[in-house]
Amino acid sequence: VNPNFQGTSVAETDLLQLLARHGAEPQALVQILRELQELHGWLPRDVLKRVADALGLTLAQVEGAAGFYRFLHMAPVGTYRVLFSDNVTDRMLGSVALMDDLCRRLGVAPGRLGEDGLVSVDRTSCTGLCDQGPALLVNHHHVVTRLDATRVAQLAGLIRAHVPVSQWPAEWFEVRDNIRRADVLMGEPSAPGAALAAALARGADEMLAEIKRSNLRGRGGAGFATGLKWELCRRSPGVGRVVVCNADEGEPGTFKDRVLLSRRADAVFEGMTLAAHIVGARRGLLYLRGEYRYLLEPLLAVLQRRRDTRLLGPSILGREGFDFDIAIHVGAGAYVCGEESSLIESLEGKRGTPRIRPPFPAEHGYRGLPTIVNNVETFCAVGHIALQGGAWWAGIGTPQSSGTKVHSVSGDCERPGVYEYPFGTRIGRILEDCGARDTQAVQVGGPSGVCLSAFEFGRRIAFEDVPTAGAFMVFDRSRDMFEVARGFAHFFAHESCGFCTPCRVGTALVVKRMDKLAAGHGSRHDIDVLFELDKLMHTATHCGLGATACNPLRDTILKFRPAYERHLKSLYFEPGFDLDAELSVARRMTGRHDAGAYLENPP
Amino acid sequence: VTDTADTTGPSFSLDGEDVAFNPGETVLRAATRAGRYIPHLCWHPDFAAHGSCRLCIVKVNGRAGAACTLRAAPGLDVQSNTEELNAHRKTLLQMLFVEGNHFCPSCEKSGNCLLQATAYEMGMEGPHFEEFYPDRPVDASHPDILLDLNRCILCELCVKASHDIDGKNVFEIGGHGIGTHLLVNSDSGRLADTAMTLTDRAASICPVGVILPKRRGFLIPIGERRFDTASVSEQANRGQS
Repeated sequence: VNPNFQGTSVAETDLLQLLARHGAEPQALVQILRELQELHGWLPRDVLKRVADALGLTLAQVEGAAGFYRFLHMAPVGTYRVLFSDNVTDRMLGSVALMDDLCRRLGVAPGRLGEDGLVSVDRTSCTGLCDQGPALLVNHHHVVTRLDATRVAQLAGLIRAHVPVSQWPAEWFEVRDNIRRADVLMGEPSAPGAALAAALARGADEMLAEIKRSNLRGRGGAGFATGLKWELCRRSPGVGRVVVCNADEGEPGTFKDRVLLSRRADAVFEGMTLAAHIVGARRGLLYLRGEYRYLLEPLLAVLQRRRDTRLLGPSILGREGFDFDIAIHVGAGAYVCGEESSLIESLEGKRGTPRIRPPFPAEHGYRGLPTIVNNVETFCAVGHIALQGGAWWAGIGTPQSSGTKVHSVSGDCERPGVYEYPFGTRIGRILEDCGARDTQAVQVGGPSGVCLSAFEFGRRIAFEDVPTAGAFMVFDRSRDMFEVARGFAHFFAHESCGFCTPCRVGTALVVKRMDKLAAGHGSRHDIDVLFELDKLMHTATHCGLGATACNPLRDTILKFRPAYERHLKSLYFEPGFDLDAELSVARRMTGRHDAGAYLENPP
Repeated sequence: VTDTADTTGPSFSLDGEDVAFNPGETVLRAATRAGRYIPHLCWHPDFAAHGSCRLCIVKVNGRAGAACTLRAAPGLDVQSNTEELNAHRKTLLQMLFVEGNHFCPSCEKSGNCLLQATAYEMGMEGPHFEEFYPDRPVDASHPDILLDLNRCILCELCVKASHDIDGKNVFEIGGHGIGTHLLVNSDSGRLADTAMTLTDRAASICPVGVILPKRRGFLIPIGERRFDTASVSEQANRGQS
């Protein structure tokens, strides 16, 4: 018997327990929905209603939030919910055929629930396991890495036999760190508390001055000066400030934060605590992407150990008045929440729609309080600056891009994994080190970044040359760059929040054009329309994510145009309407299969 | 007169002409008060800016932004009525037309519709893109109000009106991406089971033909409707926003 489908009742005690743990406040909505779903599989309407009543929200508000997140379900899903990671790197490793195989073995269609309610199989955006794919996510919690035909066959057998996920072979869930090149951040960690003690010895003013001296810039991609952001927050009037760590690592091809959270969690939390010391915050939040749910328990254990050793909680390191603690918020599948104002909306339990800016979070952030939001890697860096000084950090890398950068290398190379280099490193150097051969292109910074072709491999990783949030996907000459761009187009359409016209409709129109080209019905006119859409989206979208949604398209059309033209039916106009396809039903019914039958005009 | 800016106060330039503003105002609010037309759909003077339709896109020193959220500042050089921006506006309108099911000839709102009027204003002659033809419901459950979601452009004015003015929270936004849609707040999800009445502000705020009063569709004949007599920009110039 499937426990998910015993009526639609959720035990009242479960809800009361969740309310007791998270507080009966609207901010807790997404966490409560997520955990209710963990217990009951999906979220029936009467459950939404009960949650709404408990939190003082309307049913439509709860429905609106639940419908925003890809991992929350308002219709039944399988007891086993299998989601294949659908990044281009997974597809290059054969995920499409493996998913088809699993569906065939289980007798279900992708995205459809089988009649017995046992299993549903679908795709999801990149799960951050590109160096050990193809990967899949089970029940929004467990990950299975390094899929192959054998694993898929066994998996199908275990599901059909109703074997609980906890009893599946342990090695399937193994997530390797694959640290291939370490520098400052991935190198020998300092003892927990050492950086914090150094910061306290310097004092908040001097510590902020050190960070400004280091020229540290945010590692999430935009590269805003960290010291300036913290100073703005510190100066903002208001009682209570908030430190937020953005661990919503959703940019396809990026997995360096996963490794930092697995191996350097103390450094991340220490950086957050150090930030709290500087800006005067008492409250910290780490927004962990839903795909990294399996990291929650280890991270909570690190937090508890830090509390036990007085590195978190009241009077940190015995300093009277230095009170700070960190809670973890688990996301529910929404790429746009990596944008800092969406992330704050999501932390507040709402739909993750980007806010109108200004005001910026440093003045008006979480619940209206001055808030700093920084990337996992940025927080890792500040501890090292506390220990060794701003001038030391500024001496690494280039004048405009100080320090080191961690890269997530995947795709066509012998040694995928995590590589840390000083800023200013040549693209070609990284390609050599990872064992890439016959390389056609590298997508740096993920789909919203830049696609470089071979003549650009002499360029350097730096904010002033090739900026990156950490993804480095390699494509050799056997790959069709049009198909790469088409995959990214589908990603952006799937992840658009739907708020503004150009992104909501534009990403869907791009997909239609790309699919038309892929089906062999395209013409040069379609490429012109794609250019037009790219220009509009760069100018008119509400947030930066929409603005970059056409980047891979523009880069690949400019640099790999033959890849597009191979898909064109003619170089001139070609309608999307396919007469033969439209007539196929009539032909079957009349038995007329002779060529040109539709041209006849009988009297 | 309280509804005008002090002419000796600060001003910015809109397409080469000065527009006076009150401190804290946005470019669109000051321009509207001065009788200057910047195309817009989701903005309404009675409500906080929303910024979703992007029709009011302007350029300041080469940087694009939405006039409804852009804070006016002394000496700003704002470009709005340019060939490039009007082309973008036309494309945005075409996107809204193909996204929903907009059949003007059979729509009760024709002639009173801001989407239609703005499309005329921007010289839109056809959809340009392929239509999506979405399958969206019509809710005729309410005795006095028809809800036809085929025409929704997600401006959220009804959400705000119902929340801010009517105090009823009848509407909300659900879904994501191209599936984003208007929600009705009732256990059944139907309008009949809400507290909404014809006198609510939310019942008359819709700029397109989603929220319509029943049995009044053709009281004013086509040809004598709001935008039949004067274009949207002419009305803005007369101070009718």
